[in-house]
Amino acid sequence: MGDKTKTKADSLSMLINNDNVVGHIFAAPFIFGFICFSFIPICMSLYYAFTDYSLGNKVAVFVGLKNFLMLFKDEVFLKSISKTLQYVLIAVPLKLTFALLVAFLLTRKSRMVTFYRSLYYVPSLVGGSVAVALVWKQLFARKGLFNSVLMDLGLKKINWFGSEALAIYPLILMAVWQFGSSMIIFAAGLKEIPTTYYEASEIDGANGFQRFFKITLPCLSPIILYNLVMQTISAFMTFTQAFIITGGGPNNSTMLYALNVYNQAFKYNNMGYACAMSWVMLIVMSLITLVIFRTSKFWVFSESEG
Amino acid sequence: MREKKIVKKVFYHLFVLLFGFVMIYPVLWMISGSFKDNGEILRGTLSLIPQSSKISNYNTGWKGFGGTTFATFFKNSLFVTTIATFGTVISSSLVAYSFSRIKFKGRKLWFTFMLATMMLPGQVIMIPQYLIYYRFGLVPGYVPLILPYFCGQAFFIYQMMQFMQGIPRELDEAAKIDGCSKYGIYSKIILPLLKPAIVTTIIIQFYWKWDDYMGPLLYLSRPQSYTASIAIKLFADSTSVTDYGAMFAMSTLSLIPVFLIFLFFNKYLVEGIGTSGLKG
Repeated sequence: MGDKTKTKADSLSMLINNDNVVGHIFAAPFIFGFICFSFIPICMSLYYAFTDYSLGNKVAVFVGLKNFLMLFKDEVFLKSISKTLQYVLIAVPLKLTFALLVAFLLTRKSRMVTFYRSLYYVPSLVGGSVAVALVWKQLFARKGLFNSVLMDLGLKKINWFGSEALAIYPLILMAVWQFGSSMIIFAAGLKEIPTTYYEASEIDGANGFQRFFKITLPCLSPIILYNLVMQTISAFMTFTQAFIITGGGPNNSTMLYALNVYNQAFKYNNMGYACAMSWVMLIVMSLITLVIFRTSKFWVFSESEG
Repeated sequence: MREKKIVKKVFYHLFVLLFGFVMIYPVLWMISGSFKDNGEILRGTLSLIPQSSKISNYNTGWKGFGGTTFATFFKNSLFVTTIATFGTVISSSLVAYSFSRIKFKGRKLWFTFMLATMMLPGQVIMIPQYLIYYRFGLVPGYVPLILPYFCGQAFFIYQMMQFMQGIPRELDEAAKIDGCSKYGIYSKIILPLLKPAIVTTIIIQFYWKWDDYMGPLLYLSRPQSYTASIAIKLFADSTSVTDYGAMFAMSTLSLIPVFLIFLFFNKYLVEGIGTSGLKG
């Protein structure tokens, strides 16, 4: 009798200490989360993209490709695509250039550098908040700070948020302003470049520019690639800033993609249509990421090849 | 020659400081705005020194909306942020341990899925997630803002895995010989040594959650349940004239926890971003 319970307990402990079981127990939160909050939603989203589903409907009527065909006749959608591309294509390169320059500026050996890095990180620290978005809105208002500076310089006032062509620029500027994370990643990368490279080039008589373009940039290229991909993805998803600062206006000229999806889903309750939109977004983003990776072999320098 | 070097040095520090000042100017302007009256803010003066020094902005702002004060809004923010951050740390460390230390069937598959979710834009699954929560009667409510954080966050799992690579496997082996199970190795060896990575996770997740706007926007509807980020936006939504002074006062308050953590844990944050980014 005693033996039997003992073997039972033994086999139980064998079971819970089996690597396959332990592994699944520890990974269980992710497995559960992945199935419930990623996999099922992705399948649902794909299904709804082909229906006219809206919240409160008992059934979703299958409409085939209608949503996707409608998208290409939807002026707001087409505008949001071109405006989002404009936003990403201007903001991301500017932000990375800026981050790299500041990181380079802060590579000196000085006790102050740590303090400076923190100082330059502050915009990224608070930039995602509603509070700062509201400040930004006020800075670019008709009677805002930027215009009073322009007036002081003897220039004309600019109606930033009243102009279709200009309204996107305060948003771009705000994205560029938050260069902190990229800067820190670049700074960490700069530290990894062996000083012997620079010393050797100095002996060969290279000047600062040559050193930057022939040593620093190639050595940093894998990190540039990483930052480029991450920043492109996050720029495509910008929502809070557009929602709070411009609300998409004037005349949809700052209707960033994520804001448009949000409006269709939760303002107009066109869930099926919004799902179709988010799938187009996923495809566009995957294509762009793929292009970045494909072209990377021409400009990313890896040590194994070099 | 030496003098030239010193001049260069002074010039460098002046330039970096001045430029840094321009960078944080909007934040300083907001803080000073919290002491200005509406007229002064709307005139768009450059000056950081308020003429009016209206401390009453903090009183009027604190009163909030429709009888709900900012005490409630900040309490809600803190509640959601703390629980979500706690969940992230626990679940992410568990999952990271399984991926980096246990050889189980399907490990590669789940790991690949995890990397995929890192690249997946949140907006693609936002709508169906909302519909799922809605169907389970969890909208409006806090559950959708908290539950996913107990399922491991890919970014932090990955970061913790990187960190665990640096913990010598000999420690695991030694503990195993002493009769420690995998559960014991996790709780007695890995978790204590993981501390730096955990601190980084806490800081970054705290920021993200504290600032989060879209989540509360989707899932909270009663003013009593609003988080601070939603409540601050209400100042700008009011049909009458926006009280900018009060809005900036509450905005300033909402950034205080962020700044405090940054001041004390700066090193962890900078190192965390540097290393996780580099190896990604």
